[in-house]
Amino acid sequence: MGDYILLAISCILVNNILLAQYLGNCPFLGTSKKMETAVGMAMAVVFVGVMAGVITWLVNKYLLVNFGIEFLRTITFILVIAALVQFVEMFLKKSIPGLYAGLGIFLPLITTNCAVMGLCLININEEYSFLESLLTSFAFAVGFGLALILFAGVREKILLARVPKPLQDTSIALVTAGILALTFFAFKGMA
Amino acid sequence: MVEAILVMLGLGAAAGAILGAASKVFYVYEDPRIAKVESCLAGANCGGCGFAGCSAAAVAVVAGQAPPNVCIVAGAEAAANVAAVMGMEVGAAEPLRSYNTCRGGERAPEKYDYIGLDSCRAVSMLFGGKRECEIGCLGYGDCVKACQFDAIHLGPDGFPVVDETKCVGCGACERACPKGILKVQTMSDRLLHFNRQDDRIAPCTQTCPAQIDIPRYIHQIKSGDYAGAVTTIRERNPLLLSCGRVCPHPCEDYCRRAIEDEAVSINQLKRFAADWEMNSGARLPVTCAPDTGKKVAIVGAGPAGLSCAFFLRRLGHSVTIYEMMPKLGGMIRYGIPEYRLPKEVLQWEIDGILKMGIDAHTNVRLGRDFELGSLVAAGFDAIFLGIGAWRDYDLGVEGENLKGVYTGISFLTQFAKKQQGDAPTEEPIPIGKHCVVVGGGNTAIDCVRTLRRLGVNDVSILYRRTRKEMPANMVEIEAAEHEGVNFHFLAAPTRCIGDENGRVKQIEFLKMELGEPDASGRRRPVPVEGSETIMEADMVISAIGQGPDVSFVKDGKRLSDLKITRWSTIDALDPETLQTNIPYVFAAGDAYTGASLVVEAIGGGRRAARSIHLYLSGKEVTAPEKSLYKEHIPESIFESVEGVTKKARTPMPELPVEERIKSFIESDLVISEKDALYEAGRCLNCCRTCYDRDLVV
Repeated sequence: MGDYILLAISCILVNNILLAQYLGNCPFLGTSKKMETAVGMAMAVVFVGVMAGVITWLVNKYLLVNFGIEFLRTITFILVIAALVQFVEMFLKKSIPGLYAGLGIFLPLITTNCAVMGLCLININEEYSFLESLLTSFAFAVGFGLALILFAGVREKILLARVPKPLQDTSIALVTAGILALTFFAFKGMA
Repeated sequence: MVEAILVMLGLGAAAGAILGAASKVFYVYEDPRIAKVESCLAGANCGGCGFAGCSAAAVAVVAGQAPPNVCIVAGAEAAANVAAVMGMEVGAAEPLRSYNTCRGGERAPEKYDYIGLDSCRAVSMLFGGKRECEIGCLGYGDCVKACQFDAIHLGPDGFPVVDETKCVGCGACERACPKGILKVQTMSDRLLHFNRQDDRIAPCTQTCPAQIDIPRYIHQIKSGDYAGAVTTIRERNPLLLSCGRVCPHPCEDYCRRAIEDEAVSINQLKRFAADWEMNSGARLPVTCAPDTGKKVAIVGAGPAGLSCAFFLRRLGHSVTIYEMMPKLGGMIRYGIPEYRLPKEVLQWEIDGILKMGIDAHTNVRLGRDFELGSLVAAGFDAIFLGIGAWRDYDLGVEGENLKGVYTGISFLTQFAKKQQGDAPTEEPIPIGKHCVVVGGGNTAIDCVRTLRRLGVNDVSILYRRTRKEMPANMVEIEAAEHEGVNFHFLAAPTRCIGDENGRVKQIEFLKMELGEPDASGRRRPVPVEGSETIMEADMVISAIGQGPDVSFVKDGKRLSDLKITRWSTIDALDPETLQTNIPYVFAAGDAYTGASLVVEAIGGGRRAARSIHLYLSGKEVTAPEKSLYKEHIPESIFESVEGVTKKARTPMPELPVEERIKSFIESDLVISEKDALYEAGRCLNCCRTCYDRDLVV
């Protein structure tokens, strides 16, 4: 049990997928201008990340390893994740329209999100068990959400600050992201 | 290798099959138009329209929550395609445009100095900003930053300037502005706006019964944008040519310059702009909202009716006018003489209003030819009563019914009808040699000046108070004096004396003196005992006031339900909604207020148009919130004004007396362009508390 908690903390904070691994940069900058969109994106990533982590683990174990075609992993995962997102979208629209409306535009946007793809690949590379994969997928996605929401809060404050012209907008966002990443770097000491 | 290819193909096929099956299993009925609409949109998912992505926007369009031109990226062609899918006209919803209501900017005195802050939102939380003005622009440009379309920049005066051609009406600036200065509105919203307590408006605009944005149009004249000035005036007043000539300009009484200097000649500038349009030979386009399919009947084509018809038409309703006289215009055609408002000018103005697509029927009278029931049966959704005040008050003295005794309005009306050839069969009114007009209002002055022009040398006015108390416009009184009218003040007629043929030959009056002030604040005239005086008079016109002729009420079935006040005006539930006790009937103008100003009727017409629009849209007809109605914002009324140097007011050009009393040609002339620019330069361009100081030269 202790191992699982450690694994979760490691995925959320120490190896935060956004700030330590620097995956999922586009939604990190694109949807962090407003807290509202950041929360929507974070929810969608948690949802899709967990689904994708589990399905890709199964696909890897029972399809790729079985047939000895691990070299097709990346392209297979792209296909699987894209189909999965489409499927989930249709399912939600029919069965849970409330959640579908809440996730809105962010659900299809994640089809090409490298954070989701990244966490699937990390699961395989680290040779996690099924349960571990489930946990890490969830934890990575929560870490993504945490970083995104923190960052959105910071960016809303930056709007009120006087920023020199050459650094305005995306530049200052990248600088801030770097500083935020440095603060997360402090968690390395925990591991 | 073969294995790999097979696995990939299998995986693809499996995914496709599952998705295919899922699309059947999880099928949700969706309006097919949503997909069609979505295919017309840009597909950029930019969110500029305010919806979460293009598909959400498409859903909103189909649900009727967004106009066909919702997509701000795709442009006009896409809007047309969307409209085609939806079976609508492109313009089915009016375009929204951002509109800045603050003109204070850097002129507002500063209160605080903030260091290191660069955001309106931040400073508004820190004691409300650096300027004294609590409602004005903060000047840090949050709106500029919020605009994704580069349509707003901070102007040189320190407040945002909106480029209407770039503005797409997305509303980002409105959401960004903590002071609510930038408003994203349709033209209809602007037309229906009434002065509010928290508006950024100058004292003159607060005073104007039609609520014209006076500083804005004067500023436009000053910068040479005469067309812009006409458009600004026309957002509040469709009868600018007429008002520019006859308005007694109550606005000028509150002109801030008048505190230290003479008031700006606001009305002459209005006339200048209006005449510029008429003389330019082309009418400026007047935009109307898309048709709503609702029909409104306007009864009475006076200033109130024309104003109401104009605004309702601009709001997209279908309007039909019913008028009892042979021509449109009401009291401004039949009550105001030719030399003050030439009929040709009035006709040009009325033609412009009719050209917007308004039908008019003349020679039909409420209660005689039609009534409320027949209008409802004809498919009208609402009715506006602007029947004016055409019934003269009786003098109430002996000998009133003698031959040669007339009442003011009937004299002016009959004369006007004859003059413009409306009544070729009627006998002209016999004009006397010694004419006496009783009364001190504009009608009395119109009568005497008309009589002078008819060649009568002995024309007198009898008024029971003094010149100071006369309700007529001062310029009119002065003009009458110049034209050689005899004024007898403090004189009240007691009887008309007739000859053996029943014709009036003399009038007897009592001398008066002023006593205590009465309810109107004017000192009450008290008769002096034994001061009876007899004066030669072979023609007497009594013009002591007029009220609406509401005799139609007893003629109709539904009409008899209409509530009439004890002053025989039409009663409305609320002076700001002008809705009568019959919900679909609205009233304004003299019929509601009793005899009053043209500009008051025009304002009332627009107010009624707002209520009718609310009524037709199925909304509750209520007075506007925080309405500033017949009052002033205390902080905008100054005791003294700093930084004003005296500059003479442009005098009104008029024809010399000898020339003008020979005929009915217009006696007041329009000021020259040079004078107009000078006069516009005298305007302090006031806002609520800010104003431009004169440069010390």
